This record gives sequence, structure tokens and C-alpha cells, in this order.
Amino acid sequence: MTTPDTDTPLLIAKGLTKYYGRQLGCRDASFELYEGEVMAVVGESGSGKSTLLQLLSTQIEPSSGSVTYRMRDGSLADLWRMSEPARRFLLRTDWGYVHQDPQLGLRMGVSAGGNVGERLMAVGARNYQDIRATATDWLGRVEIPHDRIDDTPRSYSGGMRQRLQIARNLVTAPRLIFMDEPTGGLDVSVQARLLDLLRRIVAEMRIAAIVVTHDLAVARLLSNRIMVMKGGEVIEAGLTDQVLDDPHQPYTQLLVSSILPA
Amino acid sequence: MYVAVKGGERAIENAHALLADVRRGDRAVPELTLDQIGHQLALGVDRVMCEGSLYDRELAALAIKQARGDLIEAIFLLRAYRTTLPRFGASVPIETGDMDIRRRVSATFKDLPGGQVLGPTFDYTHRLLDHTLAEGGDVPEPATAPGDDTKFRSVAELLAGSGLIENNSPAAEDVGDLTREPLSFPAGRDLRLQNLARGDEGFLLALAYSTQRGYGRNHPFAGEIRYGEVEIEFFAEDAGFAVPLGAIAVTECQMVNQFTGNADQPPRFTRGYGLSFGQSERKAMAMALVDRALRAAELGEETGAPAQDAEFVLSHSDNVQATGFVEHLKLPHYVDFQAELGLLRKLQAEFFARGTQADAESQMTALQDAAE
Amino acid sequence: MTAPAYNFAYLDEQTKRMIRRAILKAIAIPGYQVPFASREMPMPYGWGTGGVQVTASILGPDDTLKVIDQGSDDTTNAVSIRKFFTKTANVRTTTATIEATVIQTRHRVPETPLSEEQVLVYQVPIPEPLRFLEPRETETRRMHALSEYGLMHVKLYEDIARHGHIATAYAYPVQVDDRYVMDPSPIPKFDNPKLDDCPALQLFGAGREKRIYAIPPYTRVVSLDFEDHPFEAYRHDAACELCGASDSFLDEVITDDDGNRMFVCSDTDYCEQRRALGHGPYNAAPADPQGSSHTGASPTEPA
Repeated sequence: MTTPDTDTPLLIAKGLTKYYGRQLGCRDASFELYEGEVMAVVGESGSGKSTLLQLLSTQIEPSSGSVTYRMRDGSLADLWRMSEPARRFLLRTDWGYVHQDPQLGLRMGVSAGGNVGERLMAVGARNYQDIRATATDWLGRVEIPHDRIDDTPRSYSGGMRQRLQIARNLVTAPRLIFMDEPTGGLDVSVQARLLDLLRRIVAEMRIAAIVVTHDLAVARLLSNRIMVMKGGEVIEAGLTDQVLDDPHQPYTQLLVSSILPA
Repeated sequence: MYVAVKGGERAIENAHALLADVRRGDRAVPELTLDQIGHQLALGVDRVMCEGSLYDRELAALAIKQARGDLIEAIFLLRAYRTTLPRFGASVPIETGDMDIRRRVSATFKDLPGGQVLGPTFDYTHRLLDHTLAEGGDVPEPATAPGDDTKFRSVAELLAGSGLIENNSPAAEDVGDLTREPLSFPAGRDLRLQNLARGDEGFLLALAYSTQRGYGRNHPFAGEIRYGEVEIEFFAEDAGFAVPLGAIAVTECQMVNQFTGNADQPPRFTRGYGLSFGQSERKAMAMALVDRALRAAELGEETGAPAQDAEFVLSHSDNVQATGFVEHLKLPHYVDFQAELGLLRKLQAEFFARGTQADAESQMTALQDAAE
Repeated sequence: MTAPAYNFAYLDEQTKRMIRRAILKAIAIPGYQVPFASREMPMPYGWGTGGVQVTASILGPDDTLKVIDQGSDDTTNAVSIRKFFTKTANVRTTTATIEATVIQTRHRVPETPLSEEQVLVYQVPIPEPLRFLEPRETETRRMHALSEYGLMHVKLYEDIARHGHIATAYAYPVQVDDRYVMDPSPIPKFDNPKLDDCPALQLFGAGREKRIYAIPPYTRVVSLDFEDHPFEAYRHDAACELCGASDSFLDEVITDDDGNRMFVCSDTDYCEQRRALGHGPYNAAPADPQGSSHTGASPTEPA
């Protein structure tokens, strides 16, 4: 691993815009993300936050704008000018992607150990015992009992599946992780445990993260910075505590007030 | 003393002689002629020509006779023959609008220019076994009307002028040929339609049916089904003009399907297309439904049903491929089986060894329990 | 209707040229599956149409052809294919491995080492080693293009996690020339080491799936494994009861209704040559150490 570079941004988004036909998905999103920093993207469904996440993680190509990433060797790479192999390599080594639905991010027919080990094997790990030891260690870190290592996620609860998905993503020590509603669909008590775990691991490993959520409580707990989206555009951005405690935009005020009773 | 199996060659020859014998069957029964098959089992001949992708009634009848009535085997015979024929090129696209119509029905308009023409059809017959047919006998001449040369425009064409239905995509300059180039994905509509035209009627029928039952529903109306003869022409490079080759009978089905539109495109009707040799209505209709289902992604519709999955549909539609691979399981597999057997014995031995160990341990515990 | 006059070795020359181009490309990119316009052959798909098309395209009038299925020259499908080429190409045929210039095979590699003068043509049912892990052709082609083979090892990992060792007995995947992962066709894994550094050209034809691939002579072929769970060739721990060979792959033959069985060479030519040289069974005692009743017996891996 390289020593963290705190002066240069890890990821730079410039004027990211996406149209679906005539319909706007996301317009002119620009920001910088530094190493170890967690950024939340909040908004209602249809606000463009998922489109933004897909643009950043190169799942869809922008209509205009660019995403630049600082590679492990320090060089800056324009993600859409990279070759597909290089981009896919980045995706499975230096990046992680946690889906809201763990079934999309896991191989449901493969054991937990195999799920965690896949990324290691993809980059050339060829010692079974080592792979298994690493997988065991990671299961421990996400609080999955060791004796469940040979079970498939089909037999896991929703919370366990989500924790397994996190372990599968983090095993290659990525520097950036994308999360799409990581606690969506889970019970409140299960959510709290997962958030706690996420916060701890992200801080320990100094991973930068972009978390899309409609839940401001999730944003407050996990993120340093926040972007509020509405109608495909970023309408307010800043330090999470500042934005949530003193929202300037009427829409943000509405969002904040609607969760206060909870 | 064991002796390795010998005599495979002899056995094969004898088996084939026996096949020839049972194919002919009781010599006291008159032998079928190709004319009889061609005329009286005409729909079977049509299917064999269509899926065998060779328009030749006599060869198709021969194939049916040789295959003892097994149509997939007959299709296979025809395909294997076809592949040895030299290929001169592709014909000029046939013009079904100029068809010499024997049957033409539309489910979308009560009446339309040219009218509804029922022609020879099983529709509306009562499916009662006709015992008089067992004896044979004279069939009265059907009523006929004087023919005319009116060209019937298709229903889809009638709609096209109004902008209510999509226009046909312009004909590709360079139409693929999946008998000359391996199919690769994503496959264009030209190759998809070729694949479906050769595809197994039963397979397409089941897929088409599944779309109607909700697995990739595409809201179809049978815009028009027509059957009759069309002229076929070949552009001769030497002569510099198209030379008529003759006429072939085809069935065409144009499905008209609802489409709700998306951000780019207004709501309108879309088309599914089916074409088969001879009178093969079921095949043409099923093909049209599946063709439309395979366009779901292109039209931005929700996908996920089996009939919408081009790789799945196109990779499994060919009955000659399918029957070969399913039936190849008859071939010896003892090398693989032996290898698997060895592995299984090893796994079982380990399983029982673990069990024995666990048994021994639990017995020990039981003994200790008893002692305490 | 007149009987068609078929070209030498059935296929027309234009088709042969197309297939030869595919073969040349396959040799140039070892282990890469080259799509080709497979023809309908007069035998069913899945019965060797790929192998037959490859053989037909490389066969010349001076060649000597051997055809084996399950190691034997006398199994029905081998007989049928041999007859096909006798009829359409009138080439000399043989059952002796050393006399053959072209050997078409289904499921075995001959025991007798091959030479530079020979070409081994495999019949392949499913050419894609990733197929049962990822059914989509578009996706598997991308995985090959980008060398994304992690999933292949996940399968082996799962085997070990579940069974304690790699539970693939045949069609055991290999990596060719340190690049493409390849299905060696359903040969027993016992035969895998013979693919490595082999002096003969090895061609693989899959007719139904329309793919040709190749291993050029003297190419590195490695069976996938883990450092701590290395690849192991497997054979029944016994000697052939006809020729006494203890190094050949064995068929188990059931000899009576009581389930008694014996082991004989799967490669019939190898067995015959050894017996011609005077080799015979080692002794009268059953060669199978487990005795004739085999229930629950556990053959061991040879060193």
C-alpha cells in the first residue's frame, strides 16, 4: 500500500452530465474527494443520486463531463479514456461497490469463503490455505461466525449478507468504495449494527467512500461531507454536520425537518 | 477370460440393414410414393422444408420417407444435403405484397381492401375423427371463384401511412448468413429472423405461448396472416438483371404490437414478423411473437423473460443441434464415467471414514457417560 | 435427383479453406476459441462434427488416419467416423498409434507418446471452460479477452472447501501458454499432463458450438490448481488384467451379474501392442487390491 497523499484529491468529478434520451439524469456535478473521506449523496428517489453513483463508478458513460482518479502509482487517469481491462481491474482491486441488494453483489451459490476469496484469486492468489485464512479473518471483521465460512449466503440473514458483501469488497484493501443504500431494506436494529461496523472499518482502513442514501441519519453517521440532489442537480453541498444543522436550501430544510421526528 | 469388445463395424452394418427392413415394413403393404407424401402429407413436407431451410418438395418428401415419418430426422437429412450444395448468392427480397393469395386473414380489421380470404384451413373444423376417411373415397370438387390479379396491401402497410405503426427498418445492405458465418452476439435482426425461420416449431410455439402468459408480454394483434405463392428472383451478375427462378409458397405473419413509448419515442404500434415455407401458420405466428419479444431491449422495455433473451432463444432454437446433443448421451462415456466413479469412491470413503471417527467418539462419550 | 458427387473428404474446398484459416488462427493464438462457420455434417451434432470437419480439412491422400472413442478403435462411433473417411477420402486407416499421421479422438489421449509427424484432433462438446460458471457467451468472451479467470479458481476453491480436494475428474481446465484458460475436452485428468510440451499439433473442433482451438507443438499447458492443492492425475490403482500395464488409464469392466469386475487398458492399441510384445497379466491374483467386491473401496492417488 502507498502512503496516503492528503494534498491531491483521490477522485475529481467535473461537470458530470447524463441524459437518458431527452430526460435528464444528472447535470453538471463537480466535486473532489480526498483519501479517507466519506461523502454522502442524499435526495429523494428520482433526484439523480443513483445516476451520479453509476457515472462515478463507470457503470454508465456520461453525456459530458469527466471523472479523474489518482491511481496507486500517483498518476491521474481519466476513467473514460482508460482501456476497459484497466477499468475492470480497478473495479475489482482498488474499488469496491456495495449494492443495496446483496444478491447483486454476491455469488449466491458460492460459499462465503469463495465469495470473499474471489477477488484475491482474480489477482493471482493461488494458495488455498492463505486465501481461506484471509477469508476467515475478514468474516471475523464483519462479525460473521467462522463456522459459517462454507455456507452459501442463501442461508444467511439479510444483515449477514450485507456484511458478507462488505467483506468481499474490502478484502483487496481498496482505496475507494461506492455504496448504494447500504442499509436499505434492513430492520432498524440490524441497520444500526451495520452502520456501526461500516463506520469503524472505513475509519480503520482509511477508505474513501461515496454513499448514496435517502436516509439522512445514515449520512450523518457515516459521512464527513454531503451533497444534496434534486431534479438531477446538486443544490447544496458542504460538511455534513453544517448542512444538516443549518440547511440553506428550502428543499434541504424540508428533508431535514421531515426526519427530525424520527 | 475377458476379451475386449470387437465387431463394432459388423454390428453397425447389421443395425442399418435392420433399419432399412423396418422402414419398409410389411412388404404386402404398398410402398409410399414421394407423390403421396408430397400431396397428402403436405404440411409435414412444408415443415421439413422450412426448418431444413431448403425449398424442394420432392427432396423433403424423400427425407420424410427415409426418416420413417420422424420430421426432425427428415429436417436433419435435408440440412446435411443442403450444406453440400454450392451457394450462388441470395435472391432478390420476395415481395409478399404481390402474393398470389390462397388465404389471408386479419384480426385487426373486420373488412379491408381485398377482404378476408379463408382458403384451406383447419380453423372452424370440428375436430372429430372422420371415419369415412379411413376407407378413402371421392372428395367433391371445392367451389371456386374466378381469380383476379388484385394486389392486397398488408395491414401493417395500411397503418404505416398514418404514423400509428413504426416503419420497417430499411433493408440492410449486407444481410448476414448464419449458415456461412457463426452466430455472434448481439445478433442483428436479420440473423435473428434467419435463426427463428430455421428454428424448431415446437420450441418457438412454447416461447410464443409464454409471452402470452405474461413472461415478456408484448400485447399482440394478428395484423395479418397470408399464405400463397410468390415469385422468386435472382440477380444474375452476368446478365445484369434479375432472373425469375419460379414461385414458392410461403406463409407470412405480421403481428401488430402495442408499445407505450419512452423518452425518445412516442407511443405507437410496433411489428413482429414471421415467415415460413409452405403453409405453416403456427410457425409463422410463433416466430412473429418471438421476433417481437427479442426486440424488447431495443425498444427500452423491461426484459428478463426467457423469450426476450436473445442468447437463450437463438442458442437453443435449432432442433438439429438440440437433438444431436441430447442424443449424444447415448454415445459411450465410460472414460468420464470411470474417472467420476473413482472420484466418487474416494469421496465416499472419506465420508464414511469421518462418520466412523464421529461414531467412535460419540461411543466413547456414551461410555464415559455410563461410567460416571 | 441424382446422387451428389462428394468432394475429397466430403467438404467442398471453399469450406476447407475457411476451416483451415480458422485452424491457422487457432495455432497463432494458442488456447483461444476461434469461431468458425461450422457446416451441417451427415452425422449428428454432438457426435464429432467438429472433429470431423477439422480432420476433413487437414487430411491429404497420403495420410493415415486413426479414430478412437474412449481410447478404443472399435467403439461404434469411432468405427462410423473411420468408415466415413474411408468412403469419402479413401485414405489409409490404422489402429496403430505410431502408424497414424492424423488421429481423431473422443475423450482420450493415446498412451503411446506422439511425435512431431502427428496431429491429434479432439472432438469437443462444450468448448467454453467458463460455461457452467457463466452461461453468457458475451460475458465469457469478455472474461477471456481480459484474462479474468478468478471465477475458475472460485470453482476449485469450492471443491476443496466441500470435498477436501479438487473434485473435477475429467474436462479438467488448463491454461495454455500462460494466457488462455481452455477446456481440454472431456478427457480424464489422467491425460492432462500429455497435453503439455507435446511434440504433436493438437487441434480441437466443436461443431455444434462452432469453435476451433489449438495447442501448437511444444506448448506449455498447465492444469489449474492451488500451490497447496496441486493438480494430481488419477487412475485406478491397479494393473491391466490383459497386458499388465500399470501406467495406463484403465476401464473397469463388469464381468458377471454378481458385479464382479476387472480392469483393462482403455487404450486398446496400447494394450494390444504390449501383449504382442509378450506382456501379460502380472499374476493370477486379482490385480485390484480391494478384491472383486468393490463397495466403498477407495482407490488411492498414485504418486
